[in-house]
Amino acid sequence: MTEIIDTLREPWTFEFMQRALIVAVIIGVVSAVVGSFMILKGMAFIGDALPHASFGGVAVAFVIGANLQLGAAVAAILVAFAIGFIGKRGVVRYDTAIGIMFIAGFALGILIISREEGYVVDLFSFVFGNVLSVSWTDVWITAGLGAFVLTIVALFYKELLFTAYDPSMAAASGIPVNAAQYGLLFLIAITVVIALQVMGIVLVLAMLVAPAATAQLLTRRLPAMMGLGAVFGIASAVIGLYAAWYADVSASASIVLTATAMFVLAFLFSPSTGLLRQTQWAQETPVEVPDS
Amino acid sequence: MSSEATQVPAVDVSHLSAGYNGQAALDDVTFTVEKGCLAGLVGPNGSGKSTLIKVIMGLMKPWSGAVKVSGASVKAGAASIGYAPQSELVDWSFPVTVEDVVLMGRYGKIGLVRRPGREDRDIALRSLERVNLAQFRRRRVGELSGGQQRRVLIARALAQEADLILLDEPLAGLDAAAQHDLLRLLEDLRKEDRTLFVATHDLSCVASDFDHAVLLNKRVVAFGRPKDVFTADLLAEAFQRHLLVLPGGDRTLVGP
Ligand SMILES: Nc1ncnc2c1ncn2[C@@H]1O[C@H](COP(=O)(O)OP(=O)(O)OP(=O)(O)O)[C@@H](O)[C@H]1O
Ligand SMILES: [Mg+2]
Repeated sequence: MTEIIDTLREPWTFEFMQRALIVAVIIGVVSAVVGSFMILKGMAFIGDALPHASFGGVAVAFVIGANLQLGAAVAAILVAFAIGFIGKRGVVRYDTAIGIMFIAGFALGILIISREEGYVVDLFSFVFGNVLSVSWTDVWITAGLGAFVLTIVALFYKELLFTAYDPSMAAASGIPVNAAQYGLLFLIAITVVIALQVMGIVLVLAMLVAPAATAQLLTRRLPAMMGLGAVFGIASAVIGLYAAWYADVSASASIVLTATAMFVLAFLFSPSTGLLRQTQWAQETPVEVPDS
Repeated sequence: MSSEATQVPAVDVSHLSAGYNGQAALDDVTFTVEKGCLAGLVGPNGSGKSTLIKVIMGLMKPWSGAVKVSGASVKAGAASIGYAPQSELVDWSFPVTVEDVVLMGRYGKIGLVRRPGREDRDIALRSLERVNLAQFRRRRVGELSGGQQRRVLIARALAQEADLILLDEPLAGLDAAAQHDLLRLLEDLRKEDRTLFVATHDLSCVASDFDHAVLLNKRVVAFGRPKDVFTADLLAEAFQRHLLVLPGGDRTLVGP
């Protein structure tokens, strides 16, 4: 018994693991809340575009010697607004706008980096994330930004919900739809930036989408979807970090795999929409053919 | 001179043109809807009914012309007009309950940041009762039938508590009983001195039960009393084919 407890406790006796846990849990919660809006609006792709595009900002910051995190943030926010602006004009489809910004930002990053001699580990961690090396400063920044995002969502929940659900009706009712739409993009950008340090460019999307999508399969109201998504996000962080500790594998990859495993389970076994449940239903209810 | 004649109309549209990407959908549209009347907007598919409603709502900028509601021009978001969009335009897969959707009708009145209160919930519930959906209030909207979903949109428009209500095809897909109930509801609303402007494909219903009809096909072919509007000639002009008009006792049938 004590062995089990020791096994469970061991990773958290190290300070870098405590920091990793705090940061991963915050990101799990914030991602689930913001990710819920994202997948409901069919904007999952933006969760991939922003981190890639922000690589351009990271590279610029690297060259001019500025804070990399700040470079990523500025780039992500600019790109989010550019996507909103292009998408709103209605000339090209939303995902086309996203795709263009995605490639442009990422390519810019590669271009700049390829000219630099000292291509260092720091930049590398932006690509793959490194939750095990976050500092206390990172923890505080993450906590502050996370609290900011959650506060904004809580305060303007009504406006965000109405705009996401039915933008034209929301506009007709006097909701500031433009502000709400740009605000949502802004929140996504901030979430991406805080998730970047843990997940890296490649895996941010999974963290934004998987817990929220899992929760969507199991709930019927948006607040419940966000809440349950947050629980899945936290669970992924905890389980993923244990896996990283004991199996000595990449922490961000094991967090993401845990989150996607939960999605697969929910997809198969969800009481209302589960695949197994539906096939069973089909087998149990033969089509009645009236005798003629 | 009666006071009726001097009253400002609920909707006053003059020389309105509007469209999409340079293509006109409405051309020099002029008509009025008097206060406290039940007016029908009829015309073939693509004749501009939904466009006209969106322009009146202030959701779309007209190219030229003016819209006045109760004598004043509309600002988008004045929240003074109740509106139920054509239900094809609504995202039914969204995780919101019937009650959530109806409550959205209150959002414009509540103001930024504040939450809907007791009174808003009561109004939402009463609106749901008026369309006979109170027992479904905790269902996810996607789990309702098409006709029930349409009634949810109407309940949301009612929850706005506006004097002018614009409904885009509320009758489509309703069964006979639900259609009858909805018409009764429209009558009741009119008795409360509200003005209703309803786009619909149910010509017989407008001919028999409505006070006023606007016959639209990009431009206004006719407007006025249904019996003056639903003549074989005017209908043929609007629909580009011959439709029969059969005046009965208290029902008029219009059809091919
Ligand atoms: N979003 C849009 N973009 C471009 N053209 C549009 C758009 N919406 C409508 N139109 C065009 O404007 C015209 C009027 O459309 P509208 O939706 O107002 O017709 P409607 O009378 O409501 O038709 P229905 O009876 O089918 O609902 C049509 O020719 C249509 O093709
Ligand atoms: Mg229409």
